[in-house]
Amino acid sequence: MRTRLIELWVGIFVVLAIAAFLMLALQVSGLSDFSLHRKGYMVKAEFTNIGGLKPRSKVVISGVTIGRVTEISLEKNNYDEFVALVNMMIFDEFDKIPKDSSAKILTSGLLGDNYISIDPGFEEEFLHNDSYIELTSQAVILEDLISKFLTGNN
Amino acid sequence: MLIASLQNIGGGTLSSLASIGRASLVLFRAIFARPDIISGFRRLVAQIYSVGVLSIVIIAISGFFIGMVLGLQGYTILSRFGADQALGQLIALSMVRELGPVVGALLFAGRAGSALTAEIGLMKTTEQLSSMEMMGVDPVHRVIAPRFWAGQISLPLLTLIFNAVAIVGGYLVGVDWLGVDSGAFWSNMQSAVNFKEDILNGVIKSVVFGTVVTWIAVYQGLNSVPTSEGIGRATTKTVVYSSLCVLGLDFFLTAVMFREL
Amino acid sequence: MFLLIILHLFYGVSYSSIKRGVKILSANIVEIRGLSFSRGSKVIFDNASLDIPRGKVTAIMGPSGCGKTTLLRLIGAQISPDTGSISVQGKDITKLSNKELFRMRRDMGMLFQSGALFTDLSVYENVAFPLREHTDLPESMIRDLVLMKLQAVGLRGAHTLMPSQLSGGMSRRVALARAIALDPAFIMYDEPFTGQDPISMGVIVQLVRLLNDALKISSILVSHDIHETISIADNVFLIANGKVVGAGSPEELMDSADPWVRQFMQGLPDGPVPFHYPSQSYSDDLWGNVEC
Repeated sequence: MRTRLIELWVGIFVVLAIAAFLMLALQVSGLSDFSLHRKGYMVKAEFTNIGGLKPRSKVVISGVTIGRVTEISLEKNNYDEFVALVNMMIFDEFDKIPKDSSAKILTSGLLGDNYISIDPGFEEEFLHNDSYIELTSQAVILEDLISKFLTGNN
Repeated sequence: MLIASLQNIGGGTLSSLASIGRASLVLFRAIFARPDIISGFRRLVAQIYSVGVLSIVIIAISGFFIGMVLGLQGYTILSRFGADQALGQLIALSMVRELGPVVGALLFAGRAGSALTAEIGLMKTTEQLSSMEMMGVDPVHRVIAPRFWAGQISLPLLTLIFNAVAIVGGYLVGVDWLGVDSGAFWSNMQSAVNFKEDILNGVIKSVVFGTVVTWIAVYQGLNSVPTSEGIGRATTKTVVYSSLCVLGLDFFLTAVMFREL
Repeated sequence: MFLLIILHLFYGVSYSSIKRGVKILSANIVEIRGLSFSRGSKVIFDNASLDIPRGKVTAIMGPSGCGKTTLLRLIGAQISPDTGSISVQGKDITKLSNKELFRMRRDMGMLFQSGALFTDLSVYENVAFPLREHTDLPESMIRDLVLMKLQAVGLRGAHTLMPSQLSGGMSRRVALARAIALDPAFIMYDEPFTGQDPISMGVIVQLVRLLNDALKISSILVSHDIHETISIADNVFLIANGKVVGAGSPEELMDSADPWVRQFMQGLPDGPVPFHYPSQSYSDDLWGNVEC
């Protein structure tokens, strides 16, 4: 009887620990972030400077998260300049984003993380898998801003 | 005078080397004890109960309070820079990387390590270990090995619980009380915490600490002077030595694990 | 020889155990030759030799701290001597490997001063412990054996109790039942009479003798309770200052001409062992210059 009780408690202990581990893995480190498992379509955009944007940074419209950055790579564009090619996944439920929307990289707060904000356009056609967002504006780099301000050649 | 003090240093070095050697031998024999599958497993479960399950309460309560304090302190500092959304990442990173394994191990040394030392010391004092030996049963296999493995298994599990409870505590203070946005709390945490770099390294740390703390506890128990005073001294030694070892080792592990981050 | 090999092949009886059984049993169960042992700078045994005969109750006596318990630990090979040999059943235990040693210890029973019962096991489980460890007997047979051993020490009714519920005398008797569980060749008793009330002391005195004769085993009894010891011992060794100072039957020792033996056996307060700890003269101490 006593051994039964002990075994029961040890079982509870192990289950608790596994639950804690799952919580740390899923909720804290976002290992299998639900948003990554959510279905979506891939959209690309080129930026001349992405600042501190990272994979898994969020993509928002008017502050609402609609997707995640999945991959960032360095590419040459048509004019043979280096650009950052950002792949992002937009969740399937946001499938009515006009094709002429523009993307810009913003910073949450003064020192916070970078994210992509999309300003919707007005066209009747919508973004779909593998489509490009043509209009982009790069991340605002604090140092650039300051040096521009100091040298005054605005 | 000089020769005498040199002699003291030499003698001290020799005796501490000898005790390290004896302790390693105990560790070696405990690790490579050939377990009897069924009854060995049952003994292990019984020891996990007394080492691990009985430590859950203290671990959970301390974790909860540490998380709440982190939430409170972190919020006051971060909100000064308007970065209070980063609270989640502050709590999670400091818990998972450092506080969880280290404070968990310190609490474990105080709760379970000292109890192990006292139990083994008492078995030695009451000649239970000797009589086992005289019955042709090796106490290292029978008494030490299951306790060692139980400690080794329990501490990482306890640390996981400790971390999870602390993060919940921080969430309660930060989000429910101080009004940090819940979504920002979790999403900042998730983008900052990396599963492999942070969580797994934290678990590796706690496995190392589990080995060291139980090893010290078990050895001090075996090596205690068989009197009530001797047991008291051995218990104190367990807590002091394991705390020092945990803190020292933590520095090295951190240096190795997080150098590139 | 051929027969032994066949036995070994067909019945899986280990060769060494047959050899052990076949070997003509020597008259002495334990033989100690030239034993020296010191702990730190304190010499406990200095070239001591003694033989413990088979089938007898042998008492080892001496003043407190003369190393009687140490002798039992040496025989049990829990500690090893500095020099000298200790042979048990004709085997020098100082030369055995760890594995052989653990085998050899199944032939020894030892009753510790405190009983040394496992506090987390019941009386029944304590007695069953060596059986479970060293045999593959079915549970029903273990139960019968345990109850028989407990019956022998008169505690069959107490088999459900935990050690903490037993009196000192009872826990020693349970420990005795555990010591005889594997039917050892000899039992060592470490101060079995100390701290017992007269009744339980009487019970244990009787048990030591009874078990020795009924189970045809040998007993080594370490004690300094003279009256109880000489009432059951066949042979007595007196140990002092690391040497055997007297040996023989209790009667011989009682009438010994040696003043030290006489003092010890008859419990005289003064004699070769002075009443006073060595000191300067009494009057100097009282009237003279104080040095402390």
